[in-house]
Amino acid sequence: MPAAPPAKEPARPEPERGDEDARPAAELTDVYLSFGEKEILKGITFQVLPKERYVVMGKSGGGKSTLLRLILGILQPTKGSVQFNGVEVTRMGRHRLNRMRQKIGMVYQYSALISSLSVRGNLALPLEELTDKKAAEINAIVEEKLEMVGMIDSIDAMPAELSGGMRKRIGLARALVNDPELILYDEPSAGLDPVTSSTIDELMIELSEKIGTTSIIVTHEMDSAFRVATRMAMIYEGVIHAEGTPEQVRHCSDPVVRQFITGDTEGPLTEHVD
Amino acid sequence: MIRASLQHLSSVIWLLVDTLHEMGDHIYFRRRLPFRLEHFVEQADRTGFGSVPLVGMVCFFLGLTMALLSGYVLKTFGQERLVPNLVAIAFARELGPLITGIMLAARMGAAFTAELGTMMVSEEVEAMEAMGIGPRRLLIGPRLLAIFLLMPCLVVVGDCAALLGGQIISKMVFDIRILAFAHQAVDSLELRDMVGGVIKSFMFGGIIGIVSCYKGLAVRGGAAGVGEATTSSVVTAITVVIGSDTLFNIVQTTIFS
Repeated sequence: MPAAPPAKEPARPEPERGDEDARPAAELTDVYLSFGEKEILKGITFQVLPKERYVVMGKSGGGKSTLLRLILGILQPTKGSVQFNGVEVTRMGRHRLNRMRQKIGMVYQYSALISSLSVRGNLALPLEELTDKKAAEINAIVEEKLEMVGMIDSIDAMPAELSGGMRKRIGLARALVNDPELILYDEPSAGLDPVTSSTIDELMIELSEKIGTTSIIVTHEMDSAFRVATRMAMIYEGVIHAEGTPEQVRHCSDPVVRQFITGDTEGPLTEHVD
Repeated sequence: MIRASLQHLSSVIWLLVDTLHEMGDHIYFRRRLPFRLEHFVEQADRTGFGSVPLVGMVCFFLGLTMALLSGYVLKTFGQERLVPNLVAIAFARELGPLITGIMLAARMGAAFTAELGTMMVSEEVEAMEAMGIGPRRLLIGPRLLAIFLLMPCLVVVGDCAALLGGQIISKMVFDIRILAFAHQAVDSLELRDMVGGVIKSFMFGGIIGIVSCYKGLAVRGGAAGVGEATTSSVVTAITVVIGSDTLFNIVQTTIFS
């Protein structure tokens, strides 16, 4: 059994009475997932409340990104419940699943922009395909979202012409075009220089505070994690090993968490290599 | 091996059903075409118009060679006048669809697999799925429809090119007049030859389209995975085309005899 979590009663924003926003935006209960013989998740349970910026940390290959795909319904758990806004994702049919996905924005580690489309085309695609909006309206939304991420000048560029940081911002703008309730970030700062990484972090905070969206951020970049999180969790050996506010996690005495934060090469994380 | 082949077959069928389901959903719920017309036109242009030179040239040379070699054999029996019949029937029934199928498997099948495979590796397909767009509808739909509908047109182009090659060599070597060759070729063809050829071409188009898209969407493991899938796609599509051609011929011959 892994060590006890550092914060048994993590500091979550207290739901106000009668406030419908208090319903978790996303909730995973006792989720198991295996790929063939390999068990990736072994009973993950957590919930993310509206307007939170919930950071999920953990070793590479530990199942962090898998969690995001479970919430989107791209992967199905072997066992357990995955809910978005109180509705079970695992039992949704294709049509309902696609409608739910329109309320969720996903920012990919390598942006996943459609390489054959321009920046404008990438942002316009979901609006053209999923709404009845007119071209002028779509164009206005595309420009508005690009303004938000400071990329309006690249509106006609092709993805191949952009740097990693620029692509990431475009990816973020694309995730925003449907005005999502929840944004999922997969390693948003990975591979970026410290300045660009901080800019992306600030953008995530700004968007969350301005628009009030809920965010789930998967990362193993500790600086970035502590900067953006309102609450954080660490996955270790397929379960949520620790959960709490950034302060609670920072001062946690659990050896696994300590080693992960400090990046020491010796400790329980390097002793138990799967 | 049989088990793996059956697994692949069921996955291909599942992909086809899934694609049709996604397209049907879009038509039903959104009251719109399942994909954009310009995407279909783009795919039709590269699959159809773009393949004309290759199919035309290969069939022209094959028609020419076939007329030449069969003419030499028939000449020994004094029957070289039958060359037009032989070229026309062979291409309308068998060689036209088969050669065109092999050419398209190599040209378009490889392209479809490489494109979709690259999109898989860069998570573009998953991103479309995550946006709720339905990648199969948008990516497979236009490609599959284009190759399915344009294959018969390309077979006609191939047949005409083969006859042209046969006509030229027959005039030069066996002194069969160009117009006489054409008349004799047309007269020798029966409806069942042409219908068989058309059915085959639709069938081969569908096979190449779905196999190449399936292989593309099954890519794992970066650039090496794309290369492997592209090779496998071409090999599989050609093998399945030849195999189904044999099966079709057996069924057709059994029914009509």
